[in-house]
Amino acid sequence: MENMSTVLTDIKAGVLSITLNRPECLNSFNEELHQQLSKAMGIAEQDESVRSVLLTGAGRGFCSGQDLNDRNAIISDGLVPDLGQSVERYYNPLIRRMTSLPKPIICAVNGVAAGAGVSLALACDIVIASRTASFIQAFCRIGLTPDSGGSWFLPHKIGHARAMGMALLGDKISADQAQEWGMIWQVAEPDELEEKTQKLAQHLAAQPTVALGCIKQATYAAAANTLEQQLDLERDLQRLCGRSEDFREGVNAFIEKRHPAFKGK
Amino acid sequence: MNQEWILCHQQKRVRTLTLNRPEVRNALSNDCLEQLVQQLEQADVDNGTGAVVITGSSRCFAAGADLKELQQQTVATAMTDRRPQLWQRLNNISKPLIAAVNGYALGAGCELVLACDLVICGESARFGLPEITLGLIPGAGGTQRLIRSVGKALAYQMVLTGEAINAQSAQQAGLVSEVCIDELTLERAEQIAQRISKFSPLALRAAKAALKTSQETGLSQGLLAERQQFVALAGTADRQEGITAFLEKRKPIFKGF
Repeated sequence: MENMSTVLTDIKAGVLSITLNRPECLNSFNEELHQQLSKAMGIAEQDESVRSVLLTGAGRGFCSGQDLNDRNAIISDGLVPDLGQSVERYYNPLIRRMTSLPKPIICAVNGVAAGAGVSLALACDIVIASRTASFIQAFCRIGLTPDSGGSWFLPHKIGHARAMGMALLGDKISADQAQEWGMIWQVAEPDELEEKTQKLAQHLAAQPTVALGCIKQATYAAAANTLEQQLDLERDLQRLCGRSEDFREGVNAFIEKRHPAFKGK
Repeated sequence: MNQEWILCHQQKRVRTLTLNRPEVRNALSNDCLEQLVQQLEQADVDNGTGAVVITGSSRCFAAGADLKELQQQTVATAMTDRRPQLWQRLNNISKPLIAAVNGYALGAGCELVLACDLVICGESARFGLPEITLGLIPGAGGTQRLIRSVGKALAYQMVLTGEAINAQSAQQAGLVSEVCIDELTLERAEQIAQRISKFSPLALRAAKAALKTSQETGLSQGLLAERQQFVALAGTADRQEGITAFLEKRKPIFKGF
């Protein structure tokens, strides 16, 4: 495991595991964590051996959002802080990179996800939460508004009414509730979370990566496209997929009644 | 000029010119621009070519001029620079030029895009004129062509801030006509070029000249110029063939006279 203190990375069987590692403060974001997470995303983007990503947190929390101790200094100065700057510099690029990464990202929400931590989890493609995990749109509690896509993911995933309730009240939502609402894919027992998500990540790392990337692209594009535009995009993406080696392999394996051996090309 | 910075590829009546200076992100040095213009002029006189596609790499169309060349410039050398003539020659190409843009088209790269007739770009495309950040201004049509295609508000913002716009904004503003997924940009541009290249070369030439006039004169002058081009085509065999083929419900065979 590469020794980046606040973010641990490990590549095994095509899976890049990224672990947020500031357990003493529930893996909240500070500058260092941002920088190291950005490096880890660089690996996800550039390393061709990586075909899926597994994101989780160390310790009892997943990610509690921005580390407010980092903010304390600015506020006690009596100056007007520019929080937009940190959003633009760190959070927004991170969310953009995750959602546009042409490889699946699995999130193992091992504990509380709060503030930008909720956004971080929801920017992943398949989210599995421990039954003891929870989600808190905590921004309103400190006089802020959801960021890092928090105000986009929730209405898209769980609908207007629930998104409003979560964001205006800042209440804790249990993993079960999150699953019932369609915010996340599944709930796992705490002691099964790691194995389950590892297995899933390994499964996805052996799948036709080009197609998975296209599925991701099409799914995100759908939120902004008309049916007409989406039909065009589907045509173009299918054209690309049809040229992949994995498509040939998929068809051959189907005809020969065997399991396909996808290469991700 | 011992290095080949422009790759040339011909498929049927379409010639694709690829900027190929990856180590400097396709920076358009004088020599590189000269090679491009020479290639374009060759294509322009080649009867086997109907349209030209200009493209760069998957990550970068062209990232600007060669800053080392610019750094050495004085007022005197800038005044006698051969570069304006090169741009002028490019501007005189009579065949349709289609830019296929992926990644960055900045500074001179963006001006090259603006000098083309039709622009197709990928989702990754970024268009910008960052000259201001270097203490200079666009010098190859950037301030003039941009404002004519995207309008005052965006042109001022781009020229004065030096900040690039993305593919979506570029399409909304009218700088590009289609946005594709990156992997299909060149293919789509070539597809359009193939369609164009099958038409009568004389009609294409006339259409391009008429469209260009719109940027250079007022409406009444433009209408006159259009009419002249229209009348000039009346005497061509291709026009006869085009209409006859349409009425006979068959594909026309254009001969270029």
